[in-house]
Amino acid sequence: MITLESIYVLAGALFGAYAVFSAFDHANPKRFGNAGFWGLLATSFLFGSHLSDLANGVIVLGLIVLGGFGFLGIGKPRTTTLEERRAAAQHYGNTLFLPALLIPAVTLAGTFLFKDVRLDGAPLVDPKQVTVISLVLGTVAALASAMVWLKAPPSVPIEEGRRLADTIGWAMVLPQMLASLGAIFDLAGVGRDVGVIASEYLRLDTSALAVIVYCVGMAVFTAVMGNAFGAFPVMTAAVGLPLVVHKFGGDPAVVAAIGMLSGFCGTLVTPMAANFNIVPAALLELPDRYGVIKAQIPTAILLLLINMALMYFLAFHFGGRHV
Amino acid sequence: MWSLLGVAVIALGFALRVNPLLAIAAAALTSGLGAHIDFFRIVAAFGHAFVESRYVTVAFLVLPVIGLLEREGLQERARLLIGRLRAATAGRLLLVYLLLRQLTASVGLVALGGQAPMVRPLIAPMAEAAAEQRGVRDKAERAKVRAMAAATDNIGAFFGEDVFIAIGSILLIKGFLEQSGVIVQPIALSFWAIPTAIAAFLIHGTRLLLLDARLVRRSAASGTPSQPIEKP
Repeated sequence: MITLESIYVLAGALFGAYAVFSAFDHANPKRFGNAGFWGLLATSFLFGSHLSDLANGVIVLGLIVLGGFGFLGIGKPRTTTLEERRAAAQHYGNTLFLPALLIPAVTLAGTFLFKDVRLDGAPLVDPKQVTVISLVLGTVAALASAMVWLKAPPSVPIEEGRRLADTIGWAMVLPQMLASLGAIFDLAGVGRDVGVIASEYLRLDTSALAVIVYCVGMAVFTAVMGNAFGAFPVMTAAVGLPLVVHKFGGDPAVVAAIGMLSGFCGTLVTPMAANFNIVPAALLELPDRYGVIKAQIPTAILLLLINMALMYFLAFHFGGRHV
Repeated sequence: MWSLLGVAVIALGFALRVNPLLAIAAAALTSGLGAHIDFFRIVAAFGHAFVESRYVTVAFLVLPVIGLLEREGLQERARLLIGRLRAATAGRLLLVYLLLRQLTASVGLVALGGQAPMVRPLIAPMAEAAAEQRGVRDKAERAKVRAMAAATDNIGAFFGEDVFIAIGSILLIKGFLEQSGVIVQPIALSFWAIPTAIAAFLIHGTRLLLLDARLVRRSAASGTPSQPIEKP
């Protein structure tokens, strides 16, 4: 059966290859910093499930020291020049898009099909992780077909992957680090404390005020946590259900749906949602780390205002009140 | 309430543009120590959480194939394709992408898109090429067009996916409300996500068209399109 663990081994092998190629990249003055960084990440992916929590914590500390104190440089793998790329683009034509489109195609097909595929009675793919595994299989299918078609030896995609990974640099582990910080916040009781503040220290006497505090609270707390999933249970238990729904009689489906979408407005403005906001800034080589966030702020603010108005008018006037 | 001090630390770190990895370490220590958890338990808890959330980083497995295709001219091909569409502007192109992203996400196809597989190799170069065609040469202005491409992908996905009944957030809402004794149907949650989805399209779509208008003004202000004014 293909499980998440098999995917982690594949990713670990790739990061390990980045580490080895980095160590021999004499064009990068900080090559050993890069080798250490990718090597530690490879260790975490290959052996993380078998190491103790403390050992995994020490690996994380190593990543933080290397990435946080400027030990990473940008490797210079051999690649093609702009002129060569223009010529290649003319030569290969629109067929170049096919491998790229194979990724979503296989992901989609896999998501629907793999649930039922069985091998010797056991499911081929871990049923709980079908989407992630399908995405990786789509990537592998795209890579394999592109390598055959373009006659690329295995070192080429590894070097090209390293080129992009070094462009992203430490930001590549940022989403995973922030998810872990969320776990520490949970452990320390941040959600509980925010709920206490929202429910005990704010006097919400009118339905309009309750709607405003719930929507803004969802957006702000989502910005703090980096995702709306963490904020939703806290804010809904503190304000959404007791006040907007139970005290003022709002329709729970309207309140919950628009409450979650208010949280998404918070996701658009926070560096905590690194995979949406910080990683793309690195991927697109933007001069400003917060460039994507700045592009999203006006849409997020206007949409949050609209959400408050929608919740106020829809929750109390439409949507059959059900128990 | 000391746990909230960690939140303040990470917020301050981001505001002061400290390296985020260091800000995260400081915030985890502050919140943990504030809640009387000792240092080694914090490190162990962080290590445990890091290993448990490895699936987040798996998305970067896409880099080798994207890099390989870029090496053989994928971005340049995307630019050529846009060059043939005379009516294409950065704003209009992104408007079409916004609509497609919202529509596909709303029927559960969130995987059709994303920053590494779609925006970096295809959408951002296309938008940038469309802007260049209309005479935008300024480096900062072109970076803003790329940023808008990334923003459009996010906004399209966020405010499309909640219209689909089997998406994670809908299931989370249903599960949480059920625990609190409130029964809602997933279809009702999807339905009430539609007004916001439409509002998101109208607001962000308008901004994309305004982007076109601004790019026209900028390129007119910076001289004739054929003369690059960008300094080396």
